[in-house]
This record gives sequence, structure tokens and C-alpha cells, in this order.
Amino acid sequence: MSGRRPRDAGPQGRRCHLAVVPHAPLRAEGASAVPGVGDTAVWSAPGARNPTRPQIEFASFERLARTAERGLFDFLLLAEGLRLPEHRGRVHDVDVTGRPEPLTVLNALAGVTADLGLVATVDAAFHEPFDLARRLATLDHLSGGRAGWHVVTTSDALTGGNFRRGAYLGAADRHHRAAEFVATASQLWDSWTPDAGPRPFAHRGPHFDIAGEFTLPRSPQGRPVVIRTVDPVNGSGEEGRGQDAPGRDDRESAAATADVVLTRHDTPEAGRARYADLKGRLAGYGREPGELRIMSAITVVLGDTAAEAQERAATIRRQQVSPRHALLALERLWGRDLSAYDPDGPLPGLDPVPEPLTGPPAGGRTRRGQALATVRRLRALSQEKGLSIRQTVIETTARQSFVGTPEAVAADLAELVREEATDGFVLVPQLVPEGLDEFVDRVVPLLQEHGVFRTEYEPGTLRSRLGLPAPVAVQDGAARRPLRPLGPQG
Amino acid sequence: MTSPYGRGRPLHLAAAVDQPGVHDAGAHVELTRLAERGGLDFVTLDDAFARPGPDASAVLARVAPATHRIGLVPTLTTTHTEPFHLQATVATLDWVSRGRAGWRIDVSTTEGEARLFGRRYSAPLDALWREAGEVADAAARLWDSWEDDAEIRDVATGRFVDRDKLHPVGFTGEAFSVRGPSVVPRPPQGHPVRVVDATEGPARSTAARHADVALVRAVSPGQARAVRDLLRAGAAGAGRDPDSLLVLVSLLIDLGDGEHAAEPGHGGGGPRQTAQGPLYRGGPVDLADLIASWYKDGAADGFHLVPVEPRRDLERLVNGTVALLQHRGLFRTFYPGSTLREHLGLARPANRYAGGAA
Repeated sequence: MSGRRPRDAGPQGRRCHLAVVPHAPLRAEGASAVPGVGDTAVWSAPGARNPTRPQIEFASFERLARTAERGLFDFLLLAEGLRLPEHRGRVHDVDVTGRPEPLTVLNALAGVTADLGLVATVDAAFHEPFDLARRLATLDHLSGGRAGWHVVTTSDALTGGNFRRGAYLGAADRHHRAAEFVATASQLWDSWTPDAGPRPFAHRGPHFDIAGEFTLPRSPQGRPVVIRTVDPVNGSGEEGRGQDAPGRDDRESAAATADVVLTRHDTPEAGRARYADLKGRLAGYGREPGELRIMSAITVVLGDTAAEAQERAATIRRQQVSPRHALLALERLWGRDLSAYDPDGPLPGLDPVPEPLTGPPAGGRTRRGQALATVRRLRALSQEKGLSIRQTVIETTARQSFVGTPEAVAADLAELVREEATDGFVLVPQLVPEGLDEFVDRVVPLLQEHGVFRTEYEPGTLRSRLGLPAPVAVQDGAARRPLRPLGPQG
Repeated sequence: MTSPYGRGRPLHLAAAVDQPGVHDAGAHVELTRLAERGGLDFVTLDDAFARPGPDASAVLARVAPATHRIGLVPTLTTTHTEPFHLQATVATLDWVSRGRAGWRIDVSTTEGEARLFGRRYSAPLDALWREAGEVADAAARLWDSWEDDAEIRDVATGRFVDRDKLHPVGFTGEAFSVRGPSVVPRPPQGHPVRVVDATEGPARSTAARHADVALVRAVSPGQARAVRDLLRAGAAGAGRDPDSLLVLVSLLIDLGDGEHAAEPGHGGGGPRQTAQGPLYRGGPVDLADLIASWYKDGAADGFHLVPVEPRRDLERLVNGTVALLQHRGLFRTFYPGSTLREHLGLARPANRYAGGAA
């Protein structure tokens, strides 16, 4: 970690960004874009209880954050939970469940880190702009400019039952609410002038009609970094947890307002196409390609040899997909009680029932058609390869994007960055909190050798480390004009 | 109940760490550490939507890893917020502080605050406090919605949680309903400590039913004792053990520059009523005398002190008043426990859903 390279310029002139997400958003737009803790984290592995309850105890978040900071990561992302996942009307009991309120944890982490970006997934459907803008600005002040907001909206019918406002919104309304929410929050963040203090704001739109004065000075970043999720496949046919993927709309919102886009890694070709597509849309919003970072969610399994890595990956998959887990995965797809089936036996010969047992009514028709098609595909696969229920689920829900030696993985990641398939990676560890250690110790130094990753933190805010320009304040509908450079908080 | 101080109940002390115009973390960390050095039970940080300043729960979360024992009690208002979010935030503060979280429950009374949320709201104060009580009740149910041993990690059956120990709360009140269960597992204290300023009449019933600590702004021991008696009677009427509700006298303090009254009219006598509330002016020694005398009088279980000049007055409070009270054997010199409930001598609440009752 010696020698300081020029900013944003490795030998190939490109540098990647790294982040980690221990609890992934379960209800993001394009839900399957980032795998969730539920179907990723291994709790049955020996040693998976350090500390005792790693999904909730602060010690595990502290350890993860310190490791990420040791690895010079750009940010840590924590997702919000607004209800427990359910299956057939009862709490889903096979996956890691229970999580903290993310902004509270991130504020605490601001006290034990100095450089790491701190990003919360917060739902735009069940929060209010004034309150959330204030909470995000507070995090930005308390962390000295390290706050980010991953904007999602839930389509989950059951979540509404936990809130005053009640019912969930349909896909289009959710989308518009999220867009208006971001615009309103930006208006609040911009409402303090550097010299004159607060100026009254008023916003009137279809979703929000608010007025008053924002109660915090402009925060160190001006605005926290805004992150959106884009489904890897446009109009994805992926089986989700009851989400309908707005697809193209996601890409337009991201091009219009996002500082960072999260997506899931699939193939280098798809990544390059998505990258070109998203960056190409920016011009339509008066933005430069450098004003948006695209980061892919990945999981990594390392070994001293390729064979060892494959073996570890297989072990992890067996731990992730228990016999019970395999049956529940089929029940979600079939919409039936399949508890009588043997997970080590063949797939059920039945067809899926018309109404899914979980998920919202909206999108049900599409999902039914998808379910039938998916069932046929699984049957063909299991017959061709002679796979049991559990083996079929393991085979078809693979979450391990990169399996290999540190050298091979680092070379693959560097190549994806060089060929403009992504600007960086969001790691989803299988073990929390120690699942990041090996990557930081073994892969990060190689990425540095490839010249695609920083060797020390640049001074500045999360926004500047991501290579993003300082935001220009928009006030009273005036034309965009640059703010004075934001110095360190004082 | 015996106490090391040879009296029926130990004296409790809390302080406000509000610092108008301060948005960075360092100054809040410093003041809270100072209060912790004095062994205070907890610090409060006030909050309101329509007033300049950062989010109080966020500030105290930031302070949590920089402190070790002292209780952290932010204000979170219930009028325009979602009960589900509030309980999750308070429970998470309890997790990040390892059992030191409290929640000062307050209401938003102005149209200006309602406009920030796009609500048109002009409910009378007693309706706002009734709603605050419902929010407190719903929050407590959500904290109980995970039994403490719900997480089983049973590899043999593939079950991470025992879903029979996770409970929908199905709370329906006048103003909102919440389905549950919570997403945050039951916090370390079971229920983080709930604090209500019960000075005004409309807040008293909510305090008597739901608070662990009631604050009373009073200018005389007689006035404080009268409200304390009312609150204890109210708690008993709500089926609670009155000893499970501690009543602290809340005073603004201006400790001046000397040991005793530094100037004419500074100190001497009791607090005076001001627009901001009862204000005590005097030296740290005078304040120690006042605390000792009101406490021995049975006017309160302790004091919540709000410095007029945060840095100066908190330092004088800790190094002067608290040190003197410790010297006289009236206040503890160390934290015997680690959670805020332990400092306050309050039991960890039983889970209402445990044992099969739903």
C-alpha cells in the first residue's frame, strides 16, 4: 500500500469502488437486483455466531465497518426492514431474520470509523420527506460528509399494515412518489444558503404538500449521495418476493437523479450493455457520464486453488439451501403446501396453483405465467441431470458470482472495471461479520496491484471519493449554479 | 428496598446536553462523557421538528460507542411520526448502546410542525397526549413481539427462528393501527426507558400509564411532591406498582461562577419561575443543598438538570454539585450495573406474549 497513484487513474485510467452490504434490501425496486441477507447469509455454519447474534448486535456492525475501512471501501450499506418476511401467512423461519433500524446503526458507526461512507436503504413509500431529509442531513453532519441514501419503495401489500398511511401503492404511484420524494428532499437540503441561513421552502405535488423551514445548515456533502437500484434485466422475469419490476422506469429515474446505481452482476456482456445504456441516458438529463457510478452486487468465494474454492462454494450452497429451505423455495413458486414432499426426491408433478400464496395481488397475473414457465424449466433441468428438489434449488439459485483463487477473482474484477461493465462492486458476504476479512486481506491488495483500486483514502467526502461532482443547489426553481466548494465541517 | 445510602430509595440524577446551534458530534460526545464521569443516570437531548437542530436520536446513537455506562434519552415526538419507525429507532439505540437507551416522549402542538408533514392538525393537547400514550403502548407491544428466545438457529430442523415466539401485535388505536411483529428483535432492556414530562395536566395520564420516569418542573418541594403523589396514584390506578414510576424534578440551572451565589439575587431560596421553566440560580454547593433537602423531603426520586450554559454549568454540576452529593453519601460514586434500567433500579419487564399468551 505504498506510492500514491494519481486520482482515478490506474494504468488503464480506471478505478473501481468497493462497498459491502451485510443486510440486503428485501423490498428494493427490482427486488432481486441485490440478493438479500435471507437467501445469502449462512447461519448454520460452525462459527456463525460470533458475536452471539451477529445480525443485530452492534459489535458485528462495528467489526464489519472497521474491516471495510481497513480495505479502503467507499461505503457500507445497511438495509431497512419494515416487516418480517412471511410465507403462507406466517413468519418465514428458515432465513436470518431481525435487523436494526439502519440510520441509528450508521450514526453509531460514524463514531468508530473515520473515512467509510455510511449508506442507509430507506423506503420512500413509508417515510416523509421532511423527517427523512433531516435524519440524512444529521448523519452527514455527524459523520463529516459520509452519508448516503439508497432509495427504494416497497410494493409489499402487508407492509402497509404497520403504518398510519396503510395500503401500499401500485408500481407507477410508487415510482412517482419516490421521484417526488428525492426532489423534495433535495429542495430541503438546498434550502440553506451558505451565508444567509434557512430560506423558507414550499413544495406542492401529487404526493407531498409541505412548507416551512429546514432545520439544519447545508451538510458537508451538500446532499447525501443518492443511490438507486436497477434490475439487472430490463423487465426482469425473475421470481421475486412480490415485487413488480418497473424496469425501464428504474433506468430513467437513475439517469435523472442517482449518484450511484446498484445492480446485480450477471455476465460481462450484460454488464457492458447495461453500463452503456445507463451512461447513455445521462445526457438526456444534462448530465455527464462521470456524474453516475454503477456498482454491481457480487458474492465471492475464495480458495487457495480453484478446486478448493469450488468445494467451499458447494459447501456454502448446501448451508444456504437446507432441506427445509428447498421445500419453501418450491412452495413460493408452486403456491402450494409441499411439506409432504421429500427434499431429496424428485420435483412435484403438480402444476402451480393460480394464486400465489405470498406477494401482492398486483402483478399476480404476470407472476403466474412466470411461475408456470419456471416450473417447466426446473422440471426439464432436474430430469436431464437427475437432480433432487434440493439439488435443483441449489443449482438454479446460485448466488456466487466469483469463485476462485484471489488472483483469478481480482483479475476478473479488474477486467470488468477496465472494460466498462461496472464502476465497482458491492460485496454481499455469506458470513456476517467475518465474511469480508478474506476479501480485504487477499483480494484488495491485488486490485491495487492491478491499478484499479485506491491505495489510501483521498481526503474528502463520500461524494468526492466516488468521484462525483459537488451538487449544485437548486433554489426557487432557479437555474443550476455551483455552490462554493464544501470544506471540511467546522 | 434497601439502599447503600441508608435511605428508602437511591437518589437519581440526569442532565440535559442540549447545545443550541451545535451540529457536529464532538461537542455532544464531550458533554455526555462529562456527565458519565459524574455517574449520572442518563442524559437527555431534546428535539422538535420546527426548531433548528439535528435529529436527537441520531446524535445519541453517535455518542453511544464513545460512552460506556450512561443512559441516552433522546426526545422523539409522536404526533406526525410513524409508531413503527419510532419503536425501531429506540430499540436500535438500545442495541447499539447495549442497553442504555431511553425515549423521551413528546407531542408536536403547532400548525407549523404539521405543515412540515403536509398534515392539517389542530388537535387539543389532551388528544395529542392520548395518541402519545397509544404510541407508547404500541411500541411496548412491538418490543415484546419477539420473545427473548425466539432466535433458535436449529440446524436439525432448518429453522432460524421459532415463529411461535414472534407475535403480531394487532394494535388498533384511535389514530393508527400497527400489525407487527417488529423487525428489530426485543432490545436488551426489554423495554427501553420511557420518559415523559408530566408537568402539564394533559401529559400526566400518559406518564402515569406508560412512563418509567416522569419529569416535573416545579418551583417548590411541595409542588413537586403534589404532582408526584398524583402520578403515583395514577400509576396505581392503571394497575402498576407506583415504585416502577420514578419522578424527577426538572430544573433549569445557572450555576454562575463561584462556589456560592456570586452576585446579589444569584442563589438563595428556591428556583424561580421563568418563561422557560423553573430556573435555579446559585453556586454548585447551593444546588447540592437544594437537591439534598428536596430529596430528603420526599419531593422527588431525583433531579433532571438543564444547564443554561451547557459547558460551564454541566462541568460545575459534575465537579461541584455531584462530587459534594457523593461526598455526603447521597449519590453513588460508580455504576453498579450496565443498563439504564439497572441504574434506575427498574426491573427488566416481562414479555407480555411469553408463555403462550397471545
